[in-house]
Amino acid sequence: MTTTVTPSAGAAPVETFHGRGRDRWADRLFRGTATGAGLVVVAVVCLVGAFLVVRAVPALAQNHANFLTSRVFEVDGGTLRFGIADLLWTTLVSSVLALTIAVPLAVGVALFLTQYAPPRLAGPAAAVIDLLAAVPSIVYGLWAVKVLMPYVRDDVQDPLSRALGWIPLFSDVGISSGTVLLVSIVLAIMILPIITALSREVFARTPRAHREAALALGATRWETVRTTVLPFGRGGVVAASMLGLGRALGETVAVMIVLSTLAPGAAWSFSLLNGGETFASRIANNAAEFDSPEKTGAFIAAGLVLFVLTFVVNAIARLVVERQARRGTA
Amino acid sequence: MTVENPMAGPTSGRLTRTDVERLLTPDPGPSLLVATSLRRRVVDRLARVAMVLAFAVALAPLVWILGTVIAKGGHLLLQQDWWSETQRGITSRRVGGGALHAITGTLLQAAVTAAISLPLGVLTAVYLVEYPRTRVSRAVSFMVDILTGVPSIVAALFVYALWVTTFGLQRVAFAVSLSLVLLMVPVVVRSTEEMLRLVPMDLREASDALGVPRWRTVVSVVLPTALSGIITGALLGLARVMGETAPLLILGPYTKQLATDLFGGPMATLPTMINQDRTEALQPAVDRVWAAALTLVLLVLVLNVVGRLVSRRHRVAT
Repeated sequence: MTTTVTPSAGAAPVETFHGRGRDRWADRLFRGTATGAGLVVVAVVCLVGAFLVVRAVPALAQNHANFLTSRVFEVDGGTLRFGIADLLWTTLVSSVLALTIAVPLAVGVALFLTQYAPPRLAGPAAAVIDLLAAVPSIVYGLWAVKVLMPYVRDDVQDPLSRALGWIPLFSDVGISSGTVLLVSIVLAIMILPIITALSREVFARTPRAHREAALALGATRWETVRTTVLPFGRGGVVAASMLGLGRALGETVAVMIVLSTLAPGAAWSFSLLNGGETFASRIANNAAEFDSPEKTGAFIAAGLVLFVLTFVVNAIARLVVERQARRGTA
Repeated sequence: MTVENPMAGPTSGRLTRTDVERLLTPDPGPSLLVATSLRRRVVDRLARVAMVLAFAVALAPLVWILGTVIAKGGHLLLQQDWWSETQRGITSRRVGGGALHAITGTLLQAAVTAAISLPLGVLTAVYLVEYPRTRVSRAVSFMVDILTGVPSIVAALFVYALWVTTFGLQRVAFAVSLSLVLLMVPVVVRSTEEMLRLVPMDLREASDALGVPRWRTVVSVVLPTALSGIITGALLGLARVMGETAPLLILGPYTKQLATDLFGGPMATLPTMINQDRTEALQPAVDRVWAAALTLVLLVLVLNVVGRLVSRRHRVAT
């Protein structure tokens, strides 16, 4: 005897659940709905790409300047002449510099939270760092331009250009307020919590045996971190940095508020103490002028480049994470 | 028992210091581990100081920003007018008026965004966790990651290209919400997914064993167990969406009066209220900008803190 069900139920177990056919139908409907939701997400991402391409192509076809190498961006008047050389430079330089500032700091914070801070303090401390990610970007921009700017100008930019001005990267080009350097500092603060949170997660996953082995060998706390935690977490930190980079590339409002725009035809400069515009800030600055399809198309073309850029960066981050995960389970 | 050859490996007898050093550093070159004790202690202490400093440096902007917005905008929030009046008829020169119109707009757009994003996000997470992994679900998971990384300005441009250029419609609040959906869905999917994976398999198997159909297992067993995670995801997603400004610049023109029509006319929000007057030099306008910033920060921080508390309180027991 394997079952102890009451005779009435045992007589016809299949019929116990009345409406079995209906249930199967409902099951299929539910699964279909869930699958549909997933497919909507796929469709939306594809549509984003498709719509941007469709709207950008006519403008690109009428473009009288080289889209990739030209520095002009004239969309008023009869003929379209626009290129993204300036935008690409400012976007990449500000984001990469932000990453250079943020990654060492974020790794330090993540190590502090996982390896150094007393457990009772670590939780609240991590939550406070996470709150940095919650501050809206327009508030960052406002704070940067009204409060932080004078300090960066007097204590960082001026000494830098006086001491190292002979290097093109630090030459003074007459922009005193909203420089690429200031924007990079703000972006670094904004992406710090993202990189910290993900690094913290991988550092915390360092196998206990590795750390204990190092400690048992007489390694100091730092040596333990250097020989077990950092090598284990390297992939995670790389992935986190890529996600941070993606965020920095696309940040709009803080950059728009902080960065001084240059007059059309301003001389080219490699300097970090120059103003400029990123893809996102150029689009946002001109949002009020979207009136004709061609004109809008020029900005959509710039947006498309930004989309491709962030897509690639995020896809790389994802690949790194997946490789990490495979190595972890193997 | 003594070991003749320390390099012969641990099998030869007692573990020696050289053995363990070789285990730690595959390349037996000069390493910190064989340096003098004093130097190692100093380096250790320096590293510790560096970590604490890094934390302090990271914390400074948060304290600084919160201090600034409270000091410059706090006094307006204490006046009742701030919560019950709009900016209608108030010029930059005049003191007074409130942010009721902007708060209403921000909350309304967030509510519409959540109403679309939550079902879409939760169902997508259910699809990813409760059904077998296929090539399609891997594509969905990949696209959710990509969507996480889509800049808000690109989301806004997409909706502009769809809503205004293609359909010929006006820039209205609903279009803003549509672009915010793109930003909120991935947050909801990821946090729901995480929680669904924590729901013990036993619960599903018990439900299956009782002959309960899959959909009812999901709806009445799995989702309620993961409810706290879904709520957290919703609140964190809302917090992200409320602070977004880029879509508003492109799709949501500002107005000084109260507006609740999602499909017609401009609607004020806190970010656009800040953006509108951020270059003003007159003190009454400057005060209102900081007060609006403080209101927005408070709104977002409260959502964040509540969201995290919910997920902490109701961790699924595993």
